[in-house]
Amino acid sequence: MPVVMDGDRMGRTLTRIAHEILERNRGIEELALVGIRRRGVPLAKRIATIIKDINHHEVPTGALDITLYRDDLMRHAVGHQPVVGRTDIPFSIDDRRILLVDDVLYTGRTIRAALDALIEFGRPKSIQLVVLVDRGHRELPIKADYVGKNLPTSLSQSVQVHLTETDGRDEVEIQE
Amino acid sequence: MKKDLLGIDDLSKDDIYRLLETAEAMREIGERPIKKVPTLRGKTVVNLFYEPSTRTRTSFEIAEKRLSADTLNIAVQSSSVLKGETLADTAMNIEAMSPDMIVLRHASSGACHLLSRICRSRIINAGDGMHEHPTQALLDAFTIRQHKKTIEGLKVVIIGDLLHSRVLRSNVLLLTKLGADVWVSGPPTLVPRGIEQLGVRVTTSVEDAVADADVIMMLRIQQERMQGAYFPSLREYFNLFGMTVERIARAKPDVIIMHPGPMNRGVEIASEVADGPYSVILEQVANGVAVRMAVLYLLAGGVEDEAAA
Amino acid sequence: MKRLLKGGRVVDPANGRDGAFDILIENDRIAEVGRDLPVAGVTVVNIPPGLVVCPGLIDMHVHLREPGQEHKETVATGTAAAVAGGFTAVACMPNTSPVNDNAGVTEYILKKAAEANLARVYPIGAVSRGQKGEELADIAELREAGCVAVTDDGRPVATALLMRRALEYTQMFGIPVIEHCEEQTLKADGVAHEGFHASRLGLRGIPGEAESIMALRDISLAELTGGSVHIAHMSARQTLDAVRYGKSRAALVTCEVTPHHFILTDERLEGPIPYDTNAKMNPPLRERADRDAMLQGIADGSVDVIATDHAPHHYDEKHVEFDHAPFGITGLETAVSLCFDRLVHAGVITLARLIELLSVNPARILGVSGGALTDGAPADISILAPDLAVTVSAKTMRSKSKNTPFEGWQLRGGVAATIVGGRTVYANPEFQDLRI
Repeated sequence: MPVVMDGDRMGRTLTRIAHEILERNRGIEELALVGIRRRGVPLAKRIATIIKDINHHEVPTGALDITLYRDDLMRHAVGHQPVVGRTDIPFSIDDRRILLVDDVLYTGRTIRAALDALIEFGRPKSIQLVVLVDRGHRELPIKADYVGKNLPTSLSQSVQVHLTETDGRDEVEIQE
Repeated sequence: MKKDLLGIDDLSKDDIYRLLETAEAMREIGERPIKKVPTLRGKTVVNLFYEPSTRTRTSFEIAEKRLSADTLNIAVQSSSVLKGETLADTAMNIEAMSPDMIVLRHASSGACHLLSRICRSRIINAGDGMHEHPTQALLDAFTIRQHKKTIEGLKVVIIGDLLHSRVLRSNVLLLTKLGADVWVSGPPTLVPRGIEQLGVRVTTSVEDAVADADVIMMLRIQQERMQGAYFPSLREYFNLFGMTVERIARAKPDVIIMHPGPMNRGVEIASEVADGPYSVILEQVANGVAVRMAVLYLLAGGVEDEAAA
Repeated sequence: MKRLLKGGRVVDPANGRDGAFDILIENDRIAEVGRDLPVAGVTVVNIPPGLVVCPGLIDMHVHLREPGQEHKETVATGTAAAVAGGFTAVACMPNTSPVNDNAGVTEYILKKAAEANLARVYPIGAVSRGQKGEELADIAELREAGCVAVTDDGRPVATALLMRRALEYTQMFGIPVIEHCEEQTLKADGVAHEGFHASRLGLRGIPGEAESIMALRDISLAELTGGSVHIAHMSARQTLDAVRYGKSRAALVTCEVTPHHFILTDERLEGPIPYDTNAKMNPPLRERADRDAMLQGIADGSVDVIATDHAPHHYDEKHVEFDHAPFGITGLETAVSLCFDRLVHAGVITLARLIELLSVNPARILGVSGGALTDGAPADISILAPDLAVTVSAKTMRSKSKNTPFEGWQLRGGVAATIVGGRTVYANPEFQDLRI
């Protein structure tokens, strides 16, 4: 299984993204990070930590579960609905510049669901999208603002992101 | 998980844990400014209540609406029942309108089983006669876990009219499944035959029952169900079995007091206890919505041929 | 018109016969039973090997529902079901509408039976007027019209005093009082046997003692008066103990058990169909200890009769919540197969004992002809197939109602043909040669 990003590379990529965020967003006090469960959450936290290291500012960070907003929900067997995780956004998103964070951008449906979910929480000033990997094959008009790595893939492949917080190691690999 | 929720009997231990964890996530939705998710959008849920109930029906209704389902409330005290329409006919008429789920509360044990044989819709039991009230037991378990982290090994005591109580049966099934040490107590006239075979300790001494208890659950004296001679008077019942401040003192210091409601103050529970610091009765009500949302969510999935299976 | 039933295994315990015998039927009577009877001038019917020829079976507890409840069953459909079930005679209960407490209703029933011309029907009259438990019905009139016993079945005789009177009064006619034993305040609004399963299912219970307490009352009264009491549809082990006690004191007490009470238990309410109203009857299916006690009583002779308590109900009436469904299941067309499969083949009793339970004893208790293949007796003969493979299927039954808990059961044993008064009133399609 080819590893396309190792832990070291991942760290530097996230650092670069953090710098880009700071570069493009003038008012840092308005920023907030919202990670999409599951792996978007640790990624968001890491970015928050890096930003804090850079300019000693704590960007509020939250976790968003989008299961109940998925468009493919009623197609599973009874009782085998996808597990719903807890959404935890302990700050108001009104007038904030939200940075949505996810591990892999693929069809765009997850982001669509996340946008629907987020809007229920208030009216942000803007929403930008941060992804570690963009593997193409969009089915909706969704574009990432910050991309860790562009990874052209075929439909038969799958991209697995492993993070220390959830899987014990930092690595991105492609599986057939 | 089966197509219907007719009783705790239908749920495995894993199913129960999955429900409780999902309820945890659902609870958060009630804390948002916009208390709605689109999950059951376009699904129709019929609340078919043959017995009066404010608490359970509104709880289900709120749960359904929070999931964006279309709800239909049918309170059958009047109209068709008086005209003599059978449950089977009412069900088939409703079924003809293709609801996705039917939540049924009925005075006869087994009514939900009959409905599930007739209807393709998912059936959720909101209380059938003296048999089961599974969502109540689930929200009770949820509430206990909020305070006690785990149910396994806890001493849980259920006191009251055991014979006529569906809440008792569902709770006994669920709590024993999750490994609690369950005690039940009440006058001998109200103890169902053979109940110890469900794995519970039976005692008529409420003092023994509450000693070192972690959870005390009081059951309502079902005045509308009783037809005679179970105990001499409510006063005597309260003296022997009522939950008072003195009796609570025998339990563990962090005991929680529960009641499925509605309460008969001064009969099974003293007001000071119902309103006291150990009481989690109002939390139970709040948790009911989250738990019922979880049930609706988990039962709603599935393509048509699943339902036919 | 002479016909010879040749070479079948004849099981006729009243006459001490079990073996290969021929039976000569002349018109509607049995002319002779013997070995190698002459075949000249006689229509010979060769009995296929493996079949059993016995005195006509008699079901002494059947609800024919006519007059008044013809949507459930009629005398015509009920007697058709009876002969398909191997019974040459049935005794029918008086809880019709109107109640059979007068000659008019009795004669009506007999007229309908004559029109149907299938099984013999012996009406049982009411003990009390309207079965209300207040005054005795005109028992002499009922007897005169053709009733063979009296009962308030559906309920017990309301008071000890009235039961005493009934037991005294019926001695004039030599007929038994058949009693549905049930202490009504203990039964209350119960719908299932009081036990673990009813508790689990949330169904109000009826303890076994509700039956035995009344049985003890009636047996004591039988002893007091010298009258005969027949305990209908016994289900509880405590009742069996009471019967044994009474018999040991030479009280004139007999008892019957239905097939469902010696086969099923209250576990049946939990599955395969939970809350199946086709498992709801009164007395209810009880726990294993009771079922096993019934089997024991059948084996050791304490039980006198097997009767079905055939209680047909329309589908709509049973297709309701368990609490609201009427009590009762059909039985005429499943009894023989169940008895063969669960008693004879299971080694609980011999075939001869089964014939006593289904023919000899009912005839004796009701004081009617039958129970034996005796020269000169009416030619009421049942030809049974002990090894026939039978699958219970309600939709093929002749009874108007299909409320049976045995749907789909695969049993070994069935009915080949039923002969009443020398006429084949039923022949199993597999045994058409037995049409004589």
